[in-house]
Amino acid sequence: MSSVITISPVTRIEGHAKITIHLNAKGEVEDARFHVNEFRGFEKFCEGRLLWEMPGLTSRICGICPASHLVTSAKAGDDILSIGIPETAEKLRRLLVLAQWIQSHALSFFHLSSPDFLLGFEADPAVRNIFGLLKYDKEFARKGIRLRKFGQKIIEYLGGRRIHTPWAVAGGVRESFTIEERDKLLQWYPEVLETALMALETIKQIHGQFTKEISCFGNFHSLFVGMVGAKGELEYYDGNLRIMDSAGNIIADNINPREYYNHFGEASESWSYLKFPYYKPLGYPKGIYRVGPLARMNICDSIETPLAEQERKMFKDLTPTTEAVNNSFYFHYARLIELLFAVERVEQLLCDPAILGTHVRSKAEINKLEGVGASEAPRGTLFHHYWVNEDGVLQKVNMLIATAQNNMAMNRTVRQIAMQFVEGKKIPEPVLNRIEAGIRCFDPCLSCSTHALGQMPLEVLLYNDQGQLIERRVR
Amino acid sequence: MSESNQKPKVATVWLGGCSGCHMSFLDLDERLIELADKIELVYSPIADIKTFPENVDITLVEGAVTNDENEEMAHRIRKHSKYVLSFGDCATTGNVTAMRNRFGTGELIDRAYKELADICNAVPNDHTLIAQLRTQAIPLHHLIRVDAFLHGCPPAPDEIWFAMNEFLQGRIPIFNTQFLRYG
Ligand code: SF4
Repeated sequence: MSSVITISPVTRIEGHAKITIHLNAKGEVEDARFHVNEFRGFEKFCEGRLLWEMPGLTSRICGICPASHLVTSAKAGDDILSIGIPETAEKLRRLLVLAQWIQSHALSFFHLSSPDFLLGFEADPAVRNIFGLLKYDKEFARKGIRLRKFGQKIIEYLGGRRIHTPWAVAGGVRESFTIEERDKLLQWYPEVLETALMALETIKQIHGQFTKEISCFGNFHSLFVGMVGAKGELEYYDGNLRIMDSAGNIIADNINPREYYNHFGEASESWSYLKFPYYKPLGYPKGIYRVGPLARMNICDSIETPLAEQERKMFKDLTPTTEAVNNSFYFHYARLIELLFAVERVEQLLCDPAILGTHVRSKAEINKLEGVGASEAPRGTLFHHYWVNEDGVLQKVNMLIATAQNNMAMNRTVRQIAMQFVEGKKIPEPVLNRIEAGIRCFDPCLSCSTHALGQMPLEVLLYNDQGQLIERRVR
Repeated sequence: MSESNQKPKVATVWLGGCSGCHMSFLDLDERLIELADKIELVYSPIADIKTFPENVDITLVEGAVTNDENEEMAHRIRKHSKYVLSFGDCATTGNVTAMRNRFGTGELIDRAYKELADICNAVPNDHTLIAQLRTQAIPLHHLIRVDAFLHGCPPAPDEIWFAMNEFLQGRIPIFNTQFLRYG
């Protein structure tokens, strides 16, 4: 039908997240979509590789959360070897995952989101970034940079490098940890704790400032999915899955992540490279669910560190009843509570003598031909599922990625905003701002999607019921 | 004219890569503060992006050329940049992004969106809206002229720092053996 498009030729714009809005015959918004543009083919080209190289290889899926892929892949390997890993190795892997949370959550807040909040959504886009923030409030930006550095430094101490270390392997980890490194981190700890607390104070002030904005985007019902520990506590490395509905009822609990595929399916569509995971009992697209900080904060019964637990209780008070917190804006808040938890928990782990053990790897042959690994990545639950032959050569790979599991929710957010603000044949300017901020709440790992990390440039296309393009806006 | 207009204009671009090279750039840590005084960041995934501007002094390009949009972008980058730097192994050799090359694009797409999907309404093929894969992912210099290559997956922050400072002093960086490693 492209020949009937006369208003403007559809040329894609590099680096722009693309949104399309579809009207019905009455000119009302019927649908709106968030299109994701990136595909690299890991699920296919990993076939034929060896199990042992999968952690190092799959960490290259994402430069923002490589440690999460590394550990999840190593856990799928543990499953195939069918062995328990040494206590020291498990604690060190936990340390690595927490470090990943710290660096990624710090990046999300300080480097990417805070320029919006502090400089204002209406500030000159040219300065709404970390460099602009450095000019506006150097100390604040410096603290954020150093907090991220703390997380990255832990990864470097453990794995010998910050990004794409091959340190975790099936059966454990390659290298143990040293007292000197531990002591350096413990010395640094007070500063890091202070910065995490400051970030929380900042977001709470922002809640007060942006009450109007907060109320109207990404506020809808969905399920929430994530891991919890044996006592229902916030868990990031080895829990079972819990599913909660928007009213706060636990509708499924204690699901072994190995059986994820009985509960979650994926759908694909012509218009996006990001698949659409859904909760199978409700089907597609009804089985919409959210993962990540907001989900984890909703589903857990407690947090095992004192300051973060206090903060969690305040988070719970956002809703007067036992209802879940449904507003996606509170992803930011939940993320910073998790950041505080990660910082506190790192200190606890550093003080645990077990992390200095030297037995860090169990060895075994291939004992099963199929294995699943799961962990909580910064953006939500991550699954790696491998099928191997007797020599450990990969035959098939399936990965359920955190950001993908928020795909339907991001689309819902966009649709909600479009329905609220688009009237007739025009796309009003504020829609663009709101869509951008709405998607940003999810902190989507755009490595698997649109290649925009900071200010998301947008291209919004409006189609009539004939599928003809009637307006286009870019910013 | 404001002072910032006289600083060298730097752009960083993300083609078919994992963003790890950009994260390594952020791993300059406090050196970012120093860099903020020396350069003007005019285009980058970590800043606001509109379109790739004209008259850029130095452009760092992460990732291989893997689809039609990357291709258009690569040409635009070359046209408007004084120096173009292949930033990391994907841009330099194709690296992990090119590991798909031993399979046909149809095979890759079918695996991900048909065989591994429970419901396949369609495979992603609406190329009025989303990019079209090239049959092969290629290194940047197969398509455009490149002035220097940073190795590593990702390049170490020290290497990035060295390269930036050489460029800022008007020299094309020559990397000694310390920095010549892949992976
Ligand atoms: S070179 Fe490595 S770090 Fe850089 S984009 Fe490619 S895979 Fe990622």
